[in-house]
Amino acid sequence: MERHEFDVLIIGSGGSGLYAALEAGKGSKVAVISKLYPMRSHTGAAQGGISAALGNVEEDQPEWHAFDTVKGGDYLVDQEAAMIMAQDAVQIVYDLENMGLPFNRTPEGKIDQRRFGGHTRNFGEAPVKRACYSADRTGHMILQTLFQQCVKNDVSFYDEFQAVDVILDGHSCKGVIAVELATGELHLFSAQATLFATGGFGRMFKITSNAYANTGDGPAICARKGIPLEDMEFFQFHPTGIMGLGILISEAVRGEGGILRNRSGERFMERYAPTLLDLAPRDMVSRAILTEIKAGMGIRGDKKIDDYVYLDATHLGPKTLAAKLPDITDFCMTYLNINPKDGPIPVLPTAHYAMGGIPTDLDGRVLYDKNNGVVDGLYAVGECACISVHGANRLGTNSLLDLVVFGRRAGVHISDYVKHADAPKISDSDADDSKEWISRLMAGQKGSYGGDIREEMQAVMMADVGIYRNETDMAHATKKILELRHRYEQISIHDTSRSFNTDLMEIIELRNLLDLSLITAEAARARQESRGGHSRKDFPERNDEKWLKHSLSYLQGDGVRMDYKPVDTSIWTPKPRTY
Amino acid sequence: MKIILKIKRYNPEVDEKPAFREYEVDVSPNQRLLDAMMHIKRNIDGSLGFRKSCAHGVCGSDAMRINGKDGLACKTLIKDLVEKEGETVVIEPLRHLPVQRDLIVDQTIFFKNYRAVKPYLINHEPHSGKERLQSPEDRERFDDATHCILCAACYSACPILEDNPRFLGPAALAQAFRFNADSRDRGFEERREALDHENGVWACQNHFQCTRACPRSIKLTKRINETKQKLNGLNGTKQKGGETA
Repeated sequence: MERHEFDVLIIGSGGSGLYAALEAGKGSKVAVISKLYPMRSHTGAAQGGISAALGNVEEDQPEWHAFDTVKGGDYLVDQEAAMIMAQDAVQIVYDLENMGLPFNRTPEGKIDQRRFGGHTRNFGEAPVKRACYSADRTGHMILQTLFQQCVKNDVSFYDEFQAVDVILDGHSCKGVIAVELATGELHLFSAQATLFATGGFGRMFKITSNAYANTGDGPAICARKGIPLEDMEFFQFHPTGIMGLGILISEAVRGEGGILRNRSGERFMERYAPTLLDLAPRDMVSRAILTEIKAGMGIRGDKKIDDYVYLDATHLGPKTLAAKLPDITDFCMTYLNINPKDGPIPVLPTAHYAMGGIPTDLDGRVLYDKNNGVVDGLYAVGECACISVHGANRLGTNSLLDLVVFGRRAGVHISDYVKHADAPKISDSDADDSKEWISRLMAGQKGSYGGDIREEMQAVMMADVGIYRNETDMAHATKKILELRHRYEQISIHDTSRSFNTDLMEIIELRNLLDLSLITAEAARARQESRGGHSRKDFPERNDEKWLKHSLSYLQGDGVRMDYKPVDTSIWTPKPRTY
Repeated sequence: MKIILKIKRYNPEVDEKPAFREYEVDVSPNQRLLDAMMHIKRNIDGSLGFRKSCAHGVCGSDAMRINGKDGLACKTLIKDLVEKEGETVVIEPLRHLPVQRDLIVDQTIFFKNYRAVKPYLINHEPHSGKERLQSPEDRERFDDATHCILCAACYSACPILEDNPRFLGPAALAQAFRFNADSRDRGFEERREALDHENGVWACQNHFQCTRACPRSIKLTKRINETKQKLNGLNGTKQKGGETA
């Protein structure tokens, strides 16, 4: 088995992984391991912007940004973390610009800013222009800019290596095991520090904006090793996915003035969020759309789950669409044959973002229990982590910000940590479990093929653990997922080749999605209240007395053990959330 | 509707040479070609090798040759293929790059060429700590080159690469333009050696195949010619060609 020794391993080459690699690489030997080529990561699909209180267009303050983040997250956000993110935002946006990121500009040549959902001036008075943007491909430009810096700084990449396990010795991390796509061989990577930056897991749902690659590899690997996952019941459904396909239509369309309308042409958000209207936070807008549809006010009016509403951008004018929303225009033309200047866009909520993930502290260090015990040498950042800056619902633009702010913080911490840490000792036997598992998969069992299991999982998660939830549905989902996990034990493989076996990679990913589906359903069943993206018909109110706390889910065989830890509310007292 | 995907298969572990294999798939006209391929992979034949990720034309993973034209499987709708070219769709790997398996090609040289043009902002001047100013007009000048997703469709489409595999290719040259045309950049001289070379911009003969193939609508040939013009201006000669596109 091939072995590699580094100071630092970064698993994932999206925005947070690359930023961490750049920082950690300043004083240590770093390898970036990714199952994709670097610029294929899903950061590149982020569209609308990255928020920072630059005040380039109108007055703004980091404190307002932090408050909006806390309120947007329905007070489940750790408030010091939100404050750090909002304060660091300003300099990091300048730093990205200095690296070459081509932001749109104001007439004076400064970075231009626009409105986005839930971002307000003076603690909720009115929308504020806070989102710095590069047309509607801000994530693409961040990913490109960071990769360019990696090229400049000669960062080492292991492209198309799928991580399958993490090597832990008690509460200390020694490295990871990965399969090389090109050869099918297992590789042992050891390092003083390992960082997971593997992104989201929207592929557990049927309709999603997420890439095929978003299968939660990091969180699933950690969960199987006894590390709890935090706040997994909170999954964001973005209000505006292209009907049927789930492809994201950026909130920037509404930021630029786009309006949601029901079948009678009514701007229905006036009834749900009188102040922020269409720019209310995503969880509220998604629920509003579903409520309209259930009331027969969708465009077809048949109350079915796949009915839709219109996103009207016809009044924005061709100039704004061309300069600020060109990719959205292209998506609508390609997939719907609709030019948004001429006709409204049919949209429906789409599974978009995991607020939960691997619990970490402010420097990205992974925490293994409710007392915040640290796993030495193990870090996580980006969507796969939970710091928590997004709480129960993330605000638009805060994901790109989270990636770069905490990617950098983790990178800085790692570069200091590895100076003092000893090189770990590993042996080939550390890969025994992975070896045994993969040989079993490759042996050609007689059970179901992966396609069926995956489709059934995505359908049940969408129907029973989606925007609106209740005990009966979620209990059904748990039962179904358990059955699918048993069928997975006998899963059959079509491809028995060693090299470029993408069939094997899909089956490896499917196990991760199944484990995370089980954890999500169980964490959601346990939380008997409604908060942010977790909305229960049987417990419709937020209940701070009982549930103002983070959940920690431990995967234990066929079960999930729940534990909880307090939320940092040191700055603002929780209040009812109205807009 | 039923369509037939005729896919060029090759597994170096067992096959002597590539061969086409046909799959009949039931699809709806509004689906993407990638959806049909995923259906094959997950339900009919898991051994079919191809790359994919975002599924909506922004990550660059699934570039391939579709009915003899280079493009992204996730940005190609079934109905457009069927309307124009009938119910059989021929799918092959990108050209000019070694096939590793089925539709998976080795992109090492493509990324090596990308790296060769120093594709990053070069500017060592001190700055304020805030943003460098740039007018909206200056920002617009290099805009389309920033759309590049490095999918390599242009590299496969370029006829020059058939005879000259050392040509850097359209994508790398467009990335060089993206920085050379950025008012904040000072790196032209550092990139010049790679560009002002028989395997740099001067290899391009304005076939425009790259521009036609680009799924991100980048005016690649035009950008290459703008670089030629800049070099001609500096070299004080017109000998090396460089017509305006």
